[in-house]
Amino acid sequence: MTITASDPKLIGLYGSMALIRAFEEEAERQYKAARIGGYCHLSSGQEAATVGTVEALAEEDLLVTGYRCHGFALARGVPAEAVMAELYGRRDGCAHGRGGSMHLLDVSRGYYGGWGIVGGQLPIATGMALSLVRREAPQAVLCELGDGAVNMGAWHESLNLAAVWRLPVVFLVINNLYGMGTSVERASAEPDLFKRAGSYRMTGERVDGDDLEAVIEASSRLLEEARSERRPAVLEAVTYRYRGHSVADAGLAYRTREEIEEHRQVDPLERTRTLLRGHGVSAEEIEAADRDAAATVLRATEFAESNPAPDVDRLATGVYAPGSDAQFERMMPGSPFGERELVFGGGLGR
Amino acid sequence: MSATTTDPPVAAPAPAGTETMTYREALRLAMRQEMERDGRVFVMGEEVGLFDGSYKVTAGLLEDFGPDRVRDTPISEEGFLGAGVGAAMLGERPIVEVMTLNFVLVAMDQVINHAAKVGAMFGGEVRCPLVIRTPNGAGNQLTAQHSQSFDGWFAGTPGLKVVAPANPADAKGLLKAAIRDDDPVLVIENLPIYKEKGEVELDPELITPIGLAALAREGSDLTVVSHSFATVRALRVAEKLAAEHGVSLEVVDLRSLRPLDVETVAASVAKTNRAICVEEGWPTYGVTAELAARIQYACFDDLDAPVERVGMAEVPLPYAKELELAAMPTEGRIEAAILRQLELAP
Ligand SMILES: Cc1ncc(C[n+]2csc(CCOP(=O)(O)OP(=O)(O)O)c2C)c(N)n1
Ligand SMILES: [Mg+2]
Repeated sequence: MTITASDPKLIGLYGSMALIRAFEEEAERQYKAARIGGYCHLSSGQEAATVGTVEALAEEDLLVTGYRCHGFALARGVPAEAVMAELYGRRDGCAHGRGGSMHLLDVSRGYYGGWGIVGGQLPIATGMALSLVRREAPQAVLCELGDGAVNMGAWHESLNLAAVWRLPVVFLVINNLYGMGTSVERASAEPDLFKRAGSYRMTGERVDGDDLEAVIEASSRLLEEARSERRPAVLEAVTYRYRGHSVADAGLAYRTREEIEEHRQVDPLERTRTLLRGHGVSAEEIEAADRDAAATVLRATEFAESNPAPDVDRLATGVYAPGSDAQFERMMPGSPFGERELVFGGGLGR
Repeated sequence: MSATTTDPPVAAPAPAGTETMTYREALRLAMRQEMERDGRVFVMGEEVGLFDGSYKVTAGLLEDFGPDRVRDTPISEEGFLGAGVGAAMLGERPIVEVMTLNFVLVAMDQVINHAAKVGAMFGGEVRCPLVIRTPNGAGNQLTAQHSQSFDGWFAGTPGLKVVAPANPADAKGLLKAAIRDDDPVLVIENLPIYKEKGEVELDPELITPIGLAALAREGSDLTVVSHSFATVRALRVAEKLAAEHGVSLEVVDLRSLRPLDVETVAASVAKTNRAICVEEGWPTYGVTAELAARIQYACFDDLDAPVERVGMAEVPLPYAKELELAAMPTEGRIEAAILRQLELAP
């Protein structure tokens, strides 16, 4: 399923990258206008690594990511309306307004979340791969993490489990050179992160994460090995985040303006446009893709603006599985309120 | 009150005078003073150096003390917090900053099953003078994984000491006391209070003793018992109710959660005959649960009403602003509980 530059799909992938860029710019605007709250981590600059790896997923494959997840959700086909509505904390957001920017998901598309604790998603993705094996399902899991997450214990434990059990999971390290303000060189004794896979006798590869074709090629191959041979792998995609760690961080305390500018000169969108032009795609087609992206973002924002907030009297929705009411029935009402009223009786008790 | 061998006299005069500063500046001053005083004190944690601290508490310390004493760490909480335990066992005075309390969870084993065990498990042969500093605080739509206050979990662990300052003066005083203490001390800071200003004694020998609550406000009708940001809220509610209802609230700011100053709480309740306990975390099995148990035992004959509790609604905190507000122990909910208990509202 390797995609080449001549594939007609390529303009679609470019469209997906353009959508992510436009979406993130809008998210930043709306965050600064206080319509989006919490933490908001943008992925501008990382579009090729995001779109390329998601493109390599088969429809039935599963995706698990960290908190920098707007791009992954959009690339996986989660409607921009549902993503923006989630950022706005609205009822029809993809997590019903309960998760926000960091906790996007869409089970219908095999996307099992946006997780906020560094490294926390790794064991979970590993367990999903275990379940696929137990059910003899010919699928794989793609687990995204940042370069900062490779120093958590969960990384080592998950890689070892995946290797000893031969699980169909590809750990995608989005190496954007920094975890918050700490560069990879300062954080990791082995800054060639992909090499760590070797400790588990696992395939480890590094790819230029801003080269869409190379990303698609490597991730397609590794995911296929995971599916057909149950060979887990580490894929390190080297890229760069243009914006700060989150919208609240200017991103300049630990790197220079020149460094950022240098990376912007080899922008993945521009590189992909060059690729498209080289294969005879017209400037008009490219412009049309950019216009579509802008229009989609506009629609998403309009949708989020008009979508209602979640009902406050449904505060406790989802905390326990339906049918748990009876188990809490005998918890006496009392100070400050009985658990039963609190959890099931409309949220606040009084 | 806890006294260690290195404790200076507590009530020494303050020749250096006072200065108005923020809570975060007060914490920084405490670290700076203790680092100047004692070469064994060093700071480590994510982004504490080059980045000046995620919440800028350690800003400028790297420049003044250098990378050996202000040490940036990888994202490896279990590793560097545990490294703090080991260094402390050899007599160093590490201050480990964890970016927020939520991330202590991945290092919980080192906190509960290692740091807290050192003193007792080895028969008192070795101690662990470790400080863990970490902020807490919900209310900024940080959602379920980043908005938790399980202060009671730590305070329920023998071997740990837990303090939670509610103002700049205590931030400085308690952090200094923690650094000088011979046991592992968890200092729970608070995100919303970081920017709050207050008068702080500059005298480097002044500390706030561990195990001593403060009467944050005197009153006669009802006692509110709280710590950290709940104290800030309680004080606001007290002013409002005094103005609007002529109600006289007494506010006891716990400051230390373990050891817990039950004496000060009980003396207050004996005077007012009513108690409402407030915390930012989930009340079930929480700090307020402990308080209610202690108050009913100490003040059984004094109480005119059952001890009431206000805390976070028992849900993982949702993102949407409306839901988040509905779940939080806001001033409105504290006020409502007080008015009910005083029979001024249904
Ligand atoms: C266990 C834990 N520690 C600290 C944090 C705070 N934190 C959030 S993101 C981050 C940096 C992660 O960097 P990286 O893995 O490179 O991902 P990137 O942000 O670059 O996408 C940190 C320290 C956290 N969420 N979880
Ligand atoms: Mg990174």
